[in-house]
Amino acid sequence: MAFENLTDKLTKVFKNLRSKGRLTEEDVKSAMKEVKLALLEADVNFKVVKNFIKTVEERAVGSEVLEGLNPGQAVVKIVNEELTNVLGSETVEIKFEPGQATTVIMLCGLQGAGKTTTAAKLAGKFILKGKKPLLVALDVYRPAAIKQLQVNGEKQGVEVFSMGDNVSPVEIAKASLEHAKAGGFNVVIFDTAGRLQIDDALMEELVNIKQAVTVHKTLLVVDAMIGQESVNVATQFNDKIGLDGLILSKMDGDTRGGAALSIKAVTGIPILYVGMGEKLSDLEQFYPDRMANRILGMGDVLTLIDKVMEETDIDKDKERDMSERLKKGKFDFNDYLESMNQMKKMGGLSSMLGLMPNLGISKDDLEGAVDEKQLKQMEAIVLSMTKKERSNPKLLNPQRKHRIAKGAGVDIAVVNRFIKQFEQTQKLMKQMPGLMGGKKRRGFGGMGGFGKFPGMPF
Amino acid sequence: MEKEKSGFFAKLKSGLNKTRINLLDGLDSVFHGFSEIDDDFYEELEEVLVMADIGVKTSGEIIEEIKTLVKVEHIKSPEDCRSYLIDLLSKRLQIPDDGYEFLNEKSIIFVIGVNGVGKTTTIGKLAYNFKTDGKKVMIAAADTFRAAASEQLESWAKRVDVHMISSTEGTDPASVIYDALYSAKAKDVDVLLCDTAGRLHNKKNLMEELKKMNRIIDREYNGIHRENFLVLDASTGQNALNQVKEFSEVCDITGIILTKMDGTAKGGIAIAIWQELGIPVKYIGVGEGIEDLQKFDSKSFVSAIFDKD
Repeated sequence: MAFENLTDKLTKVFKNLRSKGRLTEEDVKSAMKEVKLALLEADVNFKVVKNFIKTVEERAVGSEVLEGLNPGQAVVKIVNEELTNVLGSETVEIKFEPGQATTVIMLCGLQGAGKTTTAAKLAGKFILKGKKPLLVALDVYRPAAIKQLQVNGEKQGVEVFSMGDNVSPVEIAKASLEHAKAGGFNVVIFDTAGRLQIDDALMEELVNIKQAVTVHKTLLVVDAMIGQESVNVATQFNDKIGLDGLILSKMDGDTRGGAALSIKAVTGIPILYVGMGEKLSDLEQFYPDRMANRILGMGDVLTLIDKVMEETDIDKDKERDMSERLKKGKFDFNDYLESMNQMKKMGGLSSMLGLMPNLGISKDDLEGAVDEKQLKQMEAIVLSMTKKERSNPKLLNPQRKHRIAKGAGVDIAVVNRFIKQFEQTQKLMKQMPGLMGGKKRRGFGGMGGFGKFPGMPF
Repeated sequence: MEKEKSGFFAKLKSGLNKTRINLLDGLDSVFHGFSEIDDDFYEELEEVLVMADIGVKTSGEIIEEIKTLVKVEHIKSPEDCRSYLIDLLSKRLQIPDDGYEFLNEKSIIFVIGVNGVGKTTTIGKLAYNFKTDGKKVMIAAADTFRAAASEQLESWAKRVDVHMISSTEGTDPASVIYDALYSAKAKDVDVLLCDTAGRLHNKKNLMEELKKMNRIIDREYNGIHRENFLVLDASTGQNALNQVKEFSEVCDITGIILTKMDGTAKGGIAIAIWQELGIPVKYIGVGEGIEDLQKFDSKSFVSAIFDKD
């Protein structure tokens, strides 16, 4: 249910309407109920939803239904554009202080939002940008929080400054900046303790830190799974201490992440990064358009493509080559093998599944079928084929299939099923470019990236 | 005893203060803001419910019930809907309180949940509760993934003064469970609390890891009473339902522990989970103190939400 596509729902709403040139107020009203529901199910704050719906309604009434789109799709398009609009039209980067001046960043948030992990991830990111970061342990309350930062810092190769848990965070903050100056650190990241936005004493502590030292960027770390409360949390943190940016953590879960929209809409604070995994390298840039799709339950194909592009290193010709073959549906078992290897590099199917849009295949189907063991079995089947068979699947007659089954140590039925699925994949790949819509993005020319998930439909 | 009870009630009430204020303020403005019962009134009412994270589905059902009541009972003014609504909500929160039998026998408590919900802290508080009840408690630190997780738990174990079984970061958590089970048997402990690493419920491999731990407990300590608690951050939105469903695939979840109920307006998720999935809330965390984890008592909970001071 969670991944039911809004487009499908809206298409149903409009099913009884004859295709009209323009959307009437009535059309839009009934469609908006579905949009509202979708947003609320995604945990977008109710008040934000109400305002948002109003904006979309105004824009949608009377707007022309573009060629090639049915009314449902037309509304989704508007909704999507408006969502992206609210979320911010471009990605925002942290601006560092000019020259060798030290940039001080303070992370704050509720308990368990993921500040400590995020702090270490950020430091790692900054190293890649040629900075020399220093992590500062200001969480003197949670047992072993300092140790956690130290361990994570060590993994990233970043120094952690701490003075134990008997010194006040304000004092530690002051001392850390001295230390940074002496040690030539040009980015200082404060990891503060988790606190409730209504805990006046602890909120005061953050204010005191900001008064005692110059903090250039105050970032709020928010759990992407947070519900209606997101707005209260962000507003109060913003009102009391002033925020410059947001980091959404735990976005690699299956939450739709309505909090992103809610917070952005109410406070206007830009979202800088999203946490996409437990590994310290899994902190990614925030892309408003992708987030919009995700909130609407339309998958996050672009992130998937980026992941594919970033983490694999096939040479360009080969890539274009494969891309061509894919488009034509000429995609053979050699490609399959290669894809499997690439996929393994990217941490397996499961992490990619969450990013998949609804391709007319339900998520349950996919999930039930994605079994690492099964994938191994399939690999064995392909490896039991001759080179000729791999490049020309049509050669596979029953006799050959029997031989392959023996070679792979599986039942003939398994081989048959695999080949059938393979053929379906070929078909699906053919449709893929069409499914991607007209939006041109980097990486799109190199559709070869898609060579990497032909395992998907199994 | 009486005093203790009222002390807890006061604490629960202050902990839930924000929940109550928000919900009541919202409801009151709806009940007073409308002179007649119309569609706008219902919509506002629904908004208040949804804002409490009760969920679109359950909120919709409640509104339908109210509509029926309005017809059947010939309710004329919005003001009169108030007591009916409170009634309906209370009914939906009536969780039977017979879920604590494990306290009377030897038991293993397996604690699972996503990252950052407060599993480790909860275990510390549970250990304190059980120890105070005179039980022999042991803790298994099977979060071998997160940096310094076992140090965090260790400091709780020392504070409460209970024995803890742990291993170094990166070891198979199932082996920690295994060791703990044998140690618990040998030492004849009453309650073994198993902490696990936080994991997102859509990570197949990590969920398999939990299943393995679950199997080991079943196999190595057959017949002991099992409780499997899912810890949920009370500020979690509708994703909490997904979490409950997915973690149920690992083991039968016997109860929910709702943490961080002191700072949030989200009592609602408890209603949604109980309504849609039938899994009761057993404990709630209403503050940072070691004694701030309490049995969930639906009656106190409802009155804490609805009683006006």
